[in-house]
Amino acid sequence: MAAVTAGGPRAAALRLLPLAPAVLLLLAFFAGPIVWTVWASFTNAALTGAAAADTRFVGFANFARLLADPAFLDATVLTAVFLLASGVVGQTALGLVLALLARHRSAPVRGAVTVVVVGAWVVPEVVAGFVWVAFLEREGTLNALLGAVGAAPQNWLYTAPMLAVVLANVWKGTAFSMMTYAAGLAEVPTDLEEAARVDGAGRLQVLWHVVLPLLRRTLATTLLLVTLQTVQVFTLIYVMTAGGPGGRTTTLPLLMYQEALRFGDLGYGTAVALALLVVAGLFSAVYIRALRPEEVR
Amino acid sequence: MRRTPISLSAAALAAALTAAGCGASEDDPDTITVVYQDYGTFHAADTLFRKVKEEFEAAHPEATVELRPIEAPAEDYQTQVNLMNGSPAEAPDVIYEDTFTINQDVEAGYLAPIDDYWAAWPDAEQYHARADAAVTALDGHRYGVMLGTDTRGLWYNADLLERAGVAVPWEPATWDEVLEAARAVKEEFGAEVTPLNVYAGTPAGEMASMQGFQMLLSGTGDTLYDEDAREWRTGTPGFLASLEFVRAVYAEGLALDPRDALNPAVGTLNNEERIPAGELAISLEGSWATQSWIESANQPWPEWADTMRFAPMPTREGQDPGATSMSGGWSLALGSASTNPDLAWEVMAHALNRENATLFAVEGAQIPLRDDVASSEEFQAADPTPDAAADLVDVTHFRPAYGDYPRVSLAIQQAMEAVMLGDATPEEAAAAYADEVAGVVGPDNVREG
Repeated sequence: MAAVTAGGPRAAALRLLPLAPAVLLLLAFFAGPIVWTVWASFTNAALTGAAAADTRFVGFANFARLLADPAFLDATVLTAVFLLASGVVGQTALGLVLALLARHRSAPVRGAVTVVVVGAWVVPEVVAGFVWVAFLEREGTLNALLGAVGAAPQNWLYTAPMLAVVLANVWKGTAFSMMTYAAGLAEVPTDLEEAARVDGAGRLQVLWHVVLPLLRRTLATTLLLVTLQTVQVFTLIYVMTAGGPGGRTTTLPLLMYQEALRFGDLGYGTAVALALLVVAGLFSAVYIRALRPEEVR
Repeated sequence: MRRTPISLSAAALAAALTAAGCGASEDDPDTITVVYQDYGTFHAADTLFRKVKEEFEAAHPEATVELRPIEAPAEDYQTQVNLMNGSPAEAPDVIYEDTFTINQDVEAGYLAPIDDYWAAWPDAEQYHARADAAVTALDGHRYGVMLGTDTRGLWYNADLLERAGVAVPWEPATWDEVLEAARAVKEEFGAEVTPLNVYAGTPAGEMASMQGFQMLLSGTGDTLYDEDAREWRTGTPGFLASLEFVRAVYAEGLALDPRDALNPAVGTLNNEERIPAGELAISLEGSWATQSWIESANQPWPEWADTMRFAPMPTREGQDPGATSMSGGWSLALGSASTNPDLAWEVMAHALNRENATLFAVEGAQIPLRDDVASSEEFQAADPTPDAAADLVDVTHFRPAYGDYPRVSLAIQQAMEAVMLGDATPEEAAAAYADEVAGVVGPDNVREG
């Protein structure tokens, strides 16, 4: 510590110099795009046409249009449904159940479950999308199985598109929450559980009154991360349904892609991107408040 | 001093990343970058430019022709080219460009006028005057040279229609006669054969809008856009009648099952699988459908000429001129960021010469625009486009080439999709379309009814 004060600010600056390239890279590739996105959402930036040559500031026009756009409202609702169904109920709850079930099991059982679940997580998103298309399409595996018991084949991606993408995302993402919960559960002291059991608590009571409260921090962090991952799922949905049929799976990221790249309206597309940020932020704020430890409240 | 190597290597890394991000090789004036689409059943541009590259580089040893094929459907192809054009270092020199997007790209400043090259080019006189308007932008300058044009109509399997009791050659005079033939096929073959394909819905994209809906609308006397009054039209009887036709085709089970029609690859599947397998009797499709069947196709089907025939799409009640069609066409355009436009033009001119234009017209099943190609024996012998399709250029229509069109087109696809899925009646879908268009172009630019 003495060295820093002895060297004075010049030495401190010299010490920071090696950081400069990293900072520059971060500014250029991380902060840059974010600032550009915010700027673009206030302009009529476009991929082609007169606006591409002469981009102008349009104030809040994109946001006014956003709020009046029924496609945006639909996409927001679908994003919330997708998030609640696949992120909160699916990944988080299923991950917790799997982690609890795998706890206190023998090592081979735990290992087998982990390999299966993590396997899905490791698969790249595009591949996962195609796997699910192959499973759910009309000539797919599911129909072959159902056909064996006499059910009529149908294209699940067409009859139940939202359910299809939710299932795929749960399948793909559960490993993440399962692993964080497993780590959290390992930290729960067994003597507390034993003490509760001695006091006559049943298994569910132990879970509810002892284990879950101790897991609250892990729960909050996982929910937050899962939410941020889920609202931005694009590849999986795009590969499986491309937002269809009839816009029934057009979540905000797909709407953003459609506006910015298919229609070349970068200004409006970036406004949708910022709206996505707001949706994710709102959900995160809710978790953080709801799961804040009592002592802080 | 010990830290210096680290910061040096970090700086070197940063420099390397920056260089990699900017694609430094583009500034070489002897390298001409050509960007084109290579997707689905369309490989004619790839065949053409591979040949051009080989010949041009042999004749000009100092020059390099860099090919940038983009494997994407038309909409995504345009997006990718626009993204390339957005960065001067990445911008291509020669662009395979849909004539339909020339106005937008000129307004964006992506294209360079070629009036001077055109005036000095001896081959220019071979071009049919029809090809001029499509490549001349609103500013009066010429921005491209058309490679070919196309028409649309009814491809049918003569064998299937005959077995279903429909007289062949089939020449339907009204929409009802089209539906009657489709019903006869359904009667005869049941679920084995899809009677009539009409592209519909958003996954099919522009195919649904142009090959499907606008082939109907243009036969009703109504239009999407009134060129004289300069306003979009909604709530017209023709719009409703067209949706009614879509409803009839899908509700009666004459068309592909909606789940198959809503597959983005429906066009490829129809032309490469269903039609050769005799599972599709009639398809409202482009004149270029033969490109899926010729020898150089993915899955050649040399026997196509024995069974497949082409009939013009009739107008609704058979009103004058009796048949209708929609046309488009692709061109070669010169990028405005080209560091060596003279050499780029030479590559273009080579790709457009008589021999190569013939190759493209045959491989891409295009209707050629060069008189010397159209009349050459070489082309006539190999011409895969039926005369009936080529003749439709006299009655054909074009899409309104304005910046708002892609959104209007999407609204059409959505209206079709709602009707084919039974989510909306044709009246409801037409009303939703009217609202959507008013929102897209502004209520002042629309006339309803």
